[in-house]
Amino acid sequence: MGRNKATLLRKFHQARWDEEIICEMSVPGERGILVPRVEREIEAEVGDGVSMIPEGLRREKPAALPEVNQVRVLRHYLRLSQETMGADMTVDASEGTCTMKYSPKVHEQLVGNPGLRDIHPLQDEDTLQGILEVYFRLEEFLKEISGLDHFSFQPGGGAQGVYANACMVRAWHEARKDENRSEIITTLFSHPCDAASPATAGYKVVTLMPDESGYPDLEAMKAALSERTAGIFITNPEDTGIYNPRIDEFVKAAHEVGALCAYDQANANGILGITRAKEAGFDLCHFNIHKTFSSPHACMGHSTGAVGVAGELGRFLPVPRVTYNGTKYRLEYDRPESIGRVRCFFGNASTILRAYAWILQHGADGLREVAECSVLNNNYLLKKLSEIPGVVIQYAEGKRRLEQVRYSWDKLKQDTGVGTEDVMRRMADFGLQHYWMSHPPWIVPEPFTLEPCESYSKDDLDEYVAVLRQISREAYQDPQLVKNAPHNSVVHRVPSPGIDEPERIAVTWRQYQRKKRADSVKPQS
Amino acid sequence: MSKDPIVYPYIPNSVPEIKGRMLEEIGAGSTEELYAEIPSHLRFKGQLNLPEPILDEASIKRHVERLLQKNRNCAEYLSFLGAGCAQHYVPAVCDEINNRAEFLTAYVGESYADHGKWQAFFEYASLMGDLLEMDVLSCPLYDGPQAVATSLRMASRITGRTRVLLPESMGEETLSVVRNYLKGGGDSALQVDLIQFDPASGLVDIRDLKARLSDRTAAVVIENPGYLGVIETRAEEISRMVQAHGAELVVYADPISLGVMAPPASYGASFACGDFHPLGMHLLCGGGQGGFIATHDDMRYVAEFKDLMFGLTETVREGEYGFGEVLFERTSYGSREKGKEYTGTTTGLWAITAGVYLALLGPKGMQELGQVIMQKAQYAAKRIAGIPGVDVLFPTPFFKEFVVSFAGTGRSVKQVNQSLLEHRIIGGKDLSGEFPELGQSALYCVTEIMTKEDVDRLVTAVETVVGQG
Repeated sequence: MGRNKATLLRKFHQARWDEEIICEMSVPGERGILVPRVEREIEAEVGDGVSMIPEGLRREKPAALPEVNQVRVLRHYLRLSQETMGADMTVDASEGTCTMKYSPKVHEQLVGNPGLRDIHPLQDEDTLQGILEVYFRLEEFLKEISGLDHFSFQPGGGAQGVYANACMVRAWHEARKDENRSEIITTLFSHPCDAASPATAGYKVVTLMPDESGYPDLEAMKAALSERTAGIFITNPEDTGIYNPRIDEFVKAAHEVGALCAYDQANANGILGITRAKEAGFDLCHFNIHKTFSSPHACMGHSTGAVGVAGELGRFLPVPRVTYNGTKYRLEYDRPESIGRVRCFFGNASTILRAYAWILQHGADGLREVAECSVLNNNYLLKKLSEIPGVVIQYAEGKRRLEQVRYSWDKLKQDTGVGTEDVMRRMADFGLQHYWMSHPPWIVPEPFTLEPCESYSKDDLDEYVAVLRQISREAYQDPQLVKNAPHNSVVHRVPSPGIDEPERIAVTWRQYQRKKRADSVKPQS
Repeated sequence: MSKDPIVYPYIPNSVPEIKGRMLEEIGAGSTEELYAEIPSHLRFKGQLNLPEPILDEASIKRHVERLLQKNRNCAEYLSFLGAGCAQHYVPAVCDEINNRAEFLTAYVGESYADHGKWQAFFEYASLMGDLLEMDVLSCPLYDGPQAVATSLRMASRITGRTRVLLPESMGEETLSVVRNYLKGGGDSALQVDLIQFDPASGLVDIRDLKARLSDRTAAVVIENPGYLGVIETRAEEISRMVQAHGAELVVYADPISLGVMAPPASYGASFACGDFHPLGMHLLCGGGQGGFIATHDDMRYVAEFKDLMFGLTETVREGEYGFGEVLFERTSYGSREKGKEYTGTTTGLWAITAGVYLALLGPKGMQELGQVIMQKAQYAAKRIAGIPGVDVLFPTPFFKEFVVSFAGTGRSVKQVNQSLLEHRIIGGKDLSGEFPELGQSALYCVTEIMTKEDVDRLVTAVETVVGQG
């Protein structure tokens, strides 16, 4: 029993419950929960309550929801949870760019406190002084960490944070009556939202390709900049883990044409206390609070994209703003130049609470330790992976990377026919989360992106490397084994062609049943 | 004086000996060397000015608990606040499931190791589809307002038109999000017009709608029930008017009303959207919101969703369910700025929870729940209307919220609410800033968690408060 001491591999098999879809479990008459009854006096007073709904707006036929007893509902979802590889269960260095760090369990207890769980965002400020203090103090922390002057925590995720920043860029130029600025420039190795969020705010997007060494191309940027440029939205370090040492020159060039500069700090985990948006000259930035400052990623949210701005841009931040007059915390709505709201109320308070606690648990020295250990882990992993047959380390040869690396299995593919998707599926057979490959386009061929943040020990990383080494070995010896993976996971390979065909699209059970009756859902493998 | 380096429990390699071994392995003399790529002039000099850390778990817990004690909460107080974040009962099984570490800490893993997550998402969409009688939903959006905003952008792309109409009674919280989102720039700007509401009924003013509606209208939004609580009794008529102009009808619905209210699709909505917060989420100071959009199975609509969609299919093993991403190129993950709007991390765990909630409630539960909510809300409205000087506005059917006017008491809502706090009651949302035409009015919300005793306690407190000279 236990991990093989020589190979560091485990004889793993994931939970496989062969579980039906909940809609198949219905037993007419069963109940999952009973609802509170109405008192007799109330019934006597108002009657059945629903007759007042006009005909045509009253539900005639009960919803076709399944009828399932509570024990079975619970068991069903517990089984589905066991068929999910949460970061707590494994060494999740896999999801590069996502910073899958440990989220302390004590924070979950705090989020369950009635002082957070049961408070309403529209309560009188006097009754929300605790949470407003948390917001205010976290803003102070992030101002120090970024060097910028004001923050809002309203956006419900990183991409929405970038969107809020794009709206503020728009508002800034509008306020100056500078109406011809219709373009945003970004780089290919910046997250897709650095292109898509400004596009949603109405901008034409110019995307710069990296230079031959993988760096953002300063000359290309200068050529793209003009009096039409509203702003640049750029990540640093980029999704390759390469730090752009000339970032301030990009900023200077953009400022020279009157554009604003927004710093995507989703990849900030390796630079906390080392380098900041302010020193590089940025006007705006955003942090993915749930990534860098620890909040469970919750199957893709809830989360927070904190947006920070310098100086005068503060007047455009979303409302409400949390202010403090020395005795009382307030929610300030009366800000005429604000972009308004990008999300209702004032953001995800639970993410904010966790981040506040997490930063306070670390302090300045601890944040630096976070950064240094994440970079150390990454360079250690880089060294070990460079020794695995088939792995290619593209770009920035001989340079240190920061918190992550975009690797390539290009050589493995050429040697064996096994590509990155095959390896990705095979990882599940060893108890690891599938790694993140890359957003398209894949200019790094057969890509995979790993981010072994500070939460993982040397031993964790050694086991992780052992699995990738084993899969490489298998690819050279028995490529079909890898290509047909997974074998020990919850389900087997899904042949992808055809899932987009209109007669096969089935995103709900209703739709699936209808198309199954028409016999069109079966995949053509 | 030298001090021992701190070993952080969340940073395993903060143990100096291990760090030393790893540095040696990678040929670096110090961690500082790893930052060689960051030039000196970009480096932060000095020490971040942050408070002294609270290193041990016991002390951080106590520190945060003390802060949270400064809040008054709706478990110890009796609260009548709703306005998009109503207090419903959260079944214990919902909490049990969304606190599972496997779900809580998963993220974007593929459908093998994360098969359970994909299935839970598919079931969320399926059960919402059953409730709404529509076939197509994507992964969730940030919140209800975002769902309206994106529905309108979808409708604009489908119709090729750029004008949209929303009820002015929708509430500033939502309208502000929508206005911002539809502002765009250049060709992407949508023109937002508001439909007046009838001050006597609280309903959409049909004449005003008729005047504003044209063949250039991309979509009309109605709420059912509305922000001010009322049931849009002429929804079918509005639907016919909208369809006659070739526009899309977007209905913003409270999902918890749909056990007793007809699904929007049944009266002609091509988009049903809203916030699924009522389905199993706690208040969380507004952090439990999540948006949904549903449409029929028509590729003109399906192709315009902006968020990921998880489709059910079969694996290579006969009869084994598997999942895959549907029309990935639609999304900005697949196509960057050429995708439909932008997508990102939103509210996945809450969507899973909403699925659990609907599985627990089932058809009978949803029906009974809708009825109980309506009975209790009507009882509360009736009792409140009996207080001298206090009126319930609009003689229109309503679901769980209603507007209470304190005009006849000579007191402002702010004063009333301040006094109610002394009775450990949190009064309804003050509407006087948002809807000055309604005078000193407040939006009261009553759900299944209230008892007759709770309502009677409110009535007694209000009587005391407004009766004081």
